[in-house]
Amino acid sequence: MRIRFPRLRARSRQPELVCQQVVELVTDYLEGALSDQDRERFERHLVGCPHCTEYLAQMRETILLAGRVAPEDLTPVMRTELTDLYRRWRAEG
Amino acid sequence: MESDEELLRRLRAGDEGAFVLLVERHNGAMLRLALSFVTSRAVAEEVVQDTWLAALRGLASFEGRASLKTWLFTILVNRARTTGARESRSVPIADAGPAVDASRFGPDGGWATPPEHWIEEAESRIDAVKLSELLRMLLDTLPERQREVVLLRDVEELTSADVCAVLAISEANQRVLLHRGRARLRQALETELGGAPR
Repeated sequence: MRIRFPRLRARSRQPELVCQQVVELVTDYLEGALSDQDRERFERHLVGCPHCTEYLAQMRETILLAGRVAPEDLTPVMRTELTDLYRRWRAEG
Repeated sequence: MESDEELLRRLRAGDEGAFVLLVERHNGAMLRLALSFVTSRAVAEEVVQDTWLAALRGLASFEGRASLKTWLFTILVNRARTTGARESRSVPIADAGPAVDASRFGPDGGWATPPEHWIEEAESRIDAVKLSELLRMLLDTLPERQREVVLLRDVEELTSADVCAVLAISEANQRVLLHRGRARLRQALETELGGAPR
């Protein structure tokens, strides 16, 4: 399936971004590292492009899901070993 | 809950209980980070233990300019890199590929094969434990340097400045690695969870 988006009328001297460029700017956008002008071009593209809007939402979701990865459990053996380690260190003087 | 600073004060005064509380608070994240550098759990546990010992020995020199967690991670990464090198893991190959495969775009640079939907699948159809396991598995498939950055930024939620300090890389380098790593992770999630026909 090929979906084409009509080119938006240029509102600045710079040409509008295409999807393939937008996906490469997503991290800079989320990190607040784009210039004001590039951020405006980026957001202008999103307004007219449901696929890139979905892509950006998926990147946010990816970050969110990564933040939910559970830490490793502290096993009883490790707890004992670390307590021993602490006591050995105390004994070092 | 006592802050890390309070526990450190007690630890410096020789309070074993404070050490145990700090272990309970930080050990899980340290082990998770160590597992991304070395191949076996046994070796990862060893790296974590070495880190705690180095932290205890360096307690006097810790000035609290960074957070305790960032300081612990910095020690851990140094130890894990040394150990990882000793384990002679394969040299990471440079990964400069695009965020999305070029074949998914048409000649005009617009989507030819748009992203498949999977957010709803992740949020409402898979249970949290399974999803956490899936993410952990997918993180393991990232190239090493990307994985390290994604782990510190998105899993451990360190600031970009702290990630740069822990890994000793530049801000620009960090952003490139983060971009590639996140893009790969998104693609992996789409492949695992995406359902819409292409």
